[in-house]
Amino acid sequence: MNRNREVIAQAREVSKSYDEGRIAVLRDVSLAVRAGELVALWGASGSGKSTLLHLLGGLDVPDRGTLRVCDLDPVDERSRLELRRHRLGFIFQLHNLIPDLTVEENLRVPALAVGRGREETAARIRELTTEVGLAHRLGHRIQDLSGGERQRTAICRALVNRPQLLLADEPTGSLDELTGATVFALLKALAERDGIAVVLATHERRFAEACHRIVRVRDGRLEEIAA
Amino acid sequence: MHIFSLICTNLRRHRWRALIGTAGIAFGVAAMLTILAIVTGAIGMFQRILASDSHYLVFERNVSDLFFSSVTREQVAAIRARPEVAAAHPVLFGIVSAPDHPVITCFGIEPDDPRLAKAEWRAGRREDFGSRPDEIFLGARAAEFLGARAGQTLAIGRGSFRVGGVFKTENGFEDGGVFLPLAAAQAFFHRGEAASVVTVQLRDQGEGAAFKGALEAAQPGVIALENREFNSTYNSFKILNFTAWAVGICAFCLGGLGVANTMLLSVFTRIREIAVLRVCGFSGRQVAGLIFGEAAAVAAAGVVAGFVIGFVLLGALERLPQFQGYVQASLQPLVLAGIVGTAFVTAAGGAIYPARFASRIQPAEALRYE
Repeated sequence: MNRNREVIAQAREVSKSYDEGRIAVLRDVSLAVRAGELVALWGASGSGKSTLLHLLGGLDVPDRGTLRVCDLDPVDERSRLELRRHRLGFIFQLHNLIPDLTVEENLRVPALAVGRGREETAARIRELTTEVGLAHRLGHRIQDLSGGERQRTAICRALVNRPQLLLADEPTGSLDELTGATVFALLKALAERDGIAVVLATHERRFAEACHRIVRVRDGRLEEIAA
Repeated sequence: MHIFSLICTNLRRHRWRALIGTAGIAFGVAAMLTILAIVTGAIGMFQRILASDSHYLVFERNVSDLFFSSVTREQVAAIRARPEVAAAHPVLFGIVSAPDHPVITCFGIEPDDPRLAKAEWRAGRREDFGSRPDEIFLGARAAEFLGARAGQTLAIGRGSFRVGGVFKTENGFEDGGVFLPLAAAQAFFHRGEAASVVTVQLRDQGEGAAFKGALEAAQPGVIALENREFNSTYNSFKILNFTAWAVGICAFCLGGLGVANTMLLSVFTRIREIAVLRVCGFSGRQVAGLIFGEAAAVAAAGVVAGFVIGFVLLGALERLPQFQGYVQASLQPLVLAGIVGTAFVTAAGGAIYPARFASRIQPAEALRYE
């Protein structure tokens, strides 16, 4: 991986606890993710992987430490909105799509948030769904899709506004082995071909080992191990 | 996809809740529409009784209700003597009773009163009005509910009268009233030679101010009001209007609670989805806008349904034999706009808390419990 590439997301000595400090989830962790990198946050359930993703994505704020994502401070409310709208995309273990909308309508939601034009959005959706093999499913409702198709739709939704950073929280966790592998391959291609920084939280070793870097999350601390 | 289709989808997914909210607004709209239409119609009918072919209305100064007003014969004569006056018609209002009908409006008028000329005579002749002191004339509706025909004798109050004629008027109150010659009415109600009001037709309407000034200076016991002026200042009209709006707004408050309940349930069951919208870039304001949009859609559906219910109800009331003639629904565009406005304000009011709650949902908190 090219070490000269731009740092997209950086956490410095970040700590986060819940229940008024009684449950420490992250302890002084530091991490830098560059453009085009696929970084695995690997660890058991409850180790703090999701919390770190939420902090990087501005969904939560740290108790201590500093965060910088796409040259913005995700703790600041305005920057946070800018990040979510234009700079980063989220993928969850459960796809979190809106069930009664069609694939196309779900993919229009992020464009709706930024007020992007109908035609421009339609072109972007066509491009994305063609790439992931979902172009023939645009008019179908979410409940009519398979697990893999749902997750691919969720990936497309995260990419609609052309983010620089993709935060994927156990995206293969609810999929069978083969479908999981397809989804993982898609994420890897996004990093290597499109230069998107991808942070993948996973407990599955095989996917972690296929990433550019593995950062092990244990007891609220990060440990970089060889990929 | 437009934000509107997202709103429609959300309402469709919770269609029963949305229907309950819609029903709340619809009943509010229907209640307000019906009450206001009836009251406005009733006021309109009363105004037309007073304003029959006239420009000014003269009555006793500082009187609380026109039924208690007394304009003396001398005052009537003074009005007629004014050079600006083309015609002046004294009218005495009273309430009489008949077996099974305790409240019937009675009009004491002179034979040359314009309302007799305009009426459609079903029995008897206009020329006979006032020719016999023991004769009473009936509005067509009154004749119907009293079961009376021309030539019959009718017990009214403590007296008996021969029905001299029956005529149809366009005004529901007049049509359901009984008419006596002015002198007979004055004797019946022990009012001496007084009238309740005098309707005045001027030779030139531009001389209204001169007429009013001169009359009130010469006759300080009376007040002359232009019909338009009277309608806006008469206390009974104000009270009726206020009551109608108050009852309607109370109905709307219930509708507003329905919307609040609908929206709150809708938000509570979609916390996770709203969190995802935030993750996708929706601002707190956009989320609040979505909730307000849903409330507005509920209100719009409620207004349409409410108008349908209200107009059907009014149509039914106008056709009911018991109310026939008395219910003459009348709605001005401004009143309709007021009803629509109240519906939307109520729905928006009901959506304030749900929208505030939704806009403050923290995505991380909501998504933590997968």
